[in-house]
Amino acid sequence: MREPVAVSRRSFMAMSAGLVLLQTPARPPVAPPPGADSLADGGAAGQLADPDRAGRPLDPVTARDNDAAIQAIEKRLQCTCGCGLDVYTCRTTDFSCTYSPGYHRQVLALAASGMTGDEIVAEFVKEHGESILMAPPRRGFALVGYYGPWTLVGLAAVGLVLLLRAWARRAAGVAVVESPASPVPTPAELELVRRELQHFES
Amino acid sequence: MSLLGEFALWIAFLIGIWGAAAGFTGGRTGRADLQRSSRNAVFALAITLLIAMFAVEWLLFARDFNVEYVAAETSRNLPTFYTWSALYAGQKGSLLFWATVLSIFGSLAMLLTAPRHRIYLPYVAGVVCVVAVFFITVMLGAANPFARLPFTPPDGNGMNPQLQNPGMVFHPPMLYLGYISITIPFAFAVAALLSKRLDVDWLVAIRKWTILSWLFLSIGICLGMWWAYVELGWGGYWAWDPVENASFLPWLVMTAFLHSVMIQEKRGMLKKWNLGLILAAWVLSIFGTFITRSGVIQSVHSFTQSPVGSYFSVFLFVSIVLLTILYVTRLPLLQTEAYLESLVSREASFLFNNLMLVGIAVTVLTLTIFPILSELFTGNKIQMKPPAFNVVNVPLGLALLALTGIGPLIAWRRASIPNLKRQFAVPVAAGVAGALIVLVLGMRQVAPIVTIGLACFVMGTVVQEFARGVRARHRQYGEMYPLAFFRLIARNRRRYGGYVVHTGMVMLFVAFTGMAFKIETEASLKPGESVSLRSPYGWTYTFKHLGVSQYDALNRQVTAGTVVVSRDGKTIGTMVPEKRQHVDSFGRPTFQPSTAVAIRSDLREDLYVVLGGVVGGTETAVYRFTINPLVWWVWYGGIVVAFGGVIVMWPGGTVGSNRVASGYTAKLAAANAVGAGE
Repeated sequence: MREPVAVSRRSFMAMSAGLVLLQTPARPPVAPPPGADSLADGGAAGQLADPDRAGRPLDPVTARDNDAAIQAIEKRLQCTCGCGLDVYTCRTTDFSCTYSPGYHRQVLALAASGMTGDEIVAEFVKEHGESILMAPPRRGFALVGYYGPWTLVGLAAVGLVLLLRAWARRAAGVAVVESPASPVPTPAELELVRRELQHFES
Repeated sequence: MSLLGEFALWIAFLIGIWGAAAGFTGGRTGRADLQRSSRNAVFALAITLLIAMFAVEWLLFARDFNVEYVAAETSRNLPTFYTWSALYAGQKGSLLFWATVLSIFGSLAMLLTAPRHRIYLPYVAGVVCVVAVFFITVMLGAANPFARLPFTPPDGNGMNPQLQNPGMVFHPPMLYLGYISITIPFAFAVAALLSKRLDVDWLVAIRKWTILSWLFLSIGICLGMWWAYVELGWGGYWAWDPVENASFLPWLVMTAFLHSVMIQEKRGMLKKWNLGLILAAWVLSIFGTFITRSGVIQSVHSFTQSPVGSYFSVFLFVSIVLLTILYVTRLPLLQTEAYLESLVSREASFLFNNLMLVGIAVTVLTLTIFPILSELFTGNKIQMKPPAFNVVNVPLGLALLALTGIGPLIAWRRASIPNLKRQFAVPVAAGVAGALIVLVLGMRQVAPIVTIGLACFVMGTVVQEFARGVRARHRQYGEMYPLAFFRLIARNRRRYGGYVVHTGMVMLFVAFTGMAFKIETEASLKPGESVSLRSPYGWTYTFKHLGVSQYDALNRQVTAGTVVVSRDGKTIGTMVPEKRQHVDSFGRPTFQPSTAVAIRSDLREDLYVVLGGVVGGTETAVYRFTINPLVWWVWYGGIVVAFGGVIVMWPGGTVGSNRVASGYTAKLAAANAVGAGE
């Protein structure tokens, strides 16, 4: 037979007080005052205390901003703010840059007018010169940059092969001259070398 | 204190001139008193420059804003940690740091050089003093760290926010140590040329120094990559920036030297080449410093344009002319002692390795100075940016990776066909298997597949080398495998430490392929909204924006976005990217707002979140979310490379090697006796 659970008077009073409190009706929801923080799912965003601290005010990102074709075009163009980055990386990294957002808007506008990627890039080149390109076109002096190193390394490789062959021939010549003077190894020595080599290579 | 510092600089200048004169004259005439004096001059130079450096630090910590350098680089609320690094955050302080560390390295060379190499020391002292005097001249003439302002501003400008990162406390000194320590092997090379003692002795004297400077450069470059990744916010770690390239150039040449010097030590070949590499490495280190400081090439790293550039260009020009004359006049003394016997030999593979390393160095140099070259020849500045660098360098890099695996497999002097078959079978099989596996797993880009295949090939080589060495020790000495493994490395630190470095390089190459699979998106999110990204591994990451908070920290006002991240529906953590407005002690903005990236890393990939700003002053935040695969392998690879470098230069290996050699000789003698008896 189970023994009755003993409840002290103090515990009983505490539980009663808890039940009474739970029955108290909740206060009606109060609308956040304008400017206050809000964490409601998808709800209106509250105003920040000091928006200037967050840098330049930004526009909302649209699907067009994330368009892979637009990004690909912007990655071919260099931002002229001095960062050395492409327009896409600059506008999504250096949010204080005032150049890349302008270029981005220009790319969007040109794309909306029906231009292809190459045409948009050509339009930028017409306006800013070839220095706007992240990779200069493969013509003229730029060919030196693109193919010069490979040509140089290729020629050096050919030269190295010729040099090594010449050295090898010279070494063989030296060996021929020296060979009569060199002692002939005995079978025991040859066996020793064979065993040592086996040891060494194992 | 500024007076003491400036006085110390002038004294150092005079000591340097005396040290140079005494060193060269003492070396030439053999006068012992002058030789002693040049040695003491290097010590005195170090002491006076240390006093000057102490004076700058004192002024920085005292926040004496009447000193131009202190006002430019610090503010009252700059944390102590960064106050120390303000010494090399600016042009003037970093020049002093350069000269001081050079004089300390010079002193160490005077103290630690073995007695049999002391013949070179007067010239070494002379060269160290000349280089130090140049840096002191630049400081006294154009970049005096003790120059005072005509007024005292109430607070300083503060340090550039991008430099307020732990990486920047360690990255510049490491690179400087690398650059500066090259001067010591260079000084020995010049000493060998001047004294006409061009045998293998000077190479032995500089062995540790070359590895040390290579190690510092390697660590400095890796720390720079880490800093760029965590601080700059563009999501990458290498941008082929001229200043990055400037550190990469001497590293490439030093790496080539570390390989080719083995041929000179073993065979007495390549004397001219090795000497040329050391001279080139030093010239490139000064060239790198020139690029950083002259403003001649556009770079995000550059110090502001100043007359310092003209000092460096003159020094560089005069150095190149004098070194060329010295080198050419000594060519008859640099005749080879042996000739290469076969195209299929370790020597030949090292030469091709050198060709690729120097080829990449020439490529990087050409593309870096391409704006100058193109303007010279065509009148138009043509900039070569990362896409162009990658197009040209990726094939060369892959060829170098292949040679990393090929070299150790080919025997010295001449390799036979059966030997080649036996050596190459396992590594080639590993390479083909690696490439096939990633192909089957769905990888379709050619460069990453080739990289993975070559990486597996190189690892096949490394593992085979270790396995054979361990097995041989186990068989020969009866050692347990783990003991045999450690003794194998301990007895031949240079060879097996080198393989550890190769392993680190493989890790780096594999990590670089990760960038081909980078995924990113930009989004503006209201509190509670989320965006999803699919990782290359097939998981879906969801980033939920909770809200934006603002608070003040020590020297900045912070705007922080809070993002909860979940992977395939399971919450894995919170990321808090920040936007920072640095302020002085009066609360006035000191720089443009900067970003502090939030990064969540694991071995497979990094989640990289940048807070761009807010829309219309509300909590609607603009983020860039990026998934960067394999980035941690860059840092691990760097650590392994450094570890391998430490193994190579760890002292004390010679005794063990001697013991092994004498053991081998004894065994050979015993076997010979047995063989003779038979």
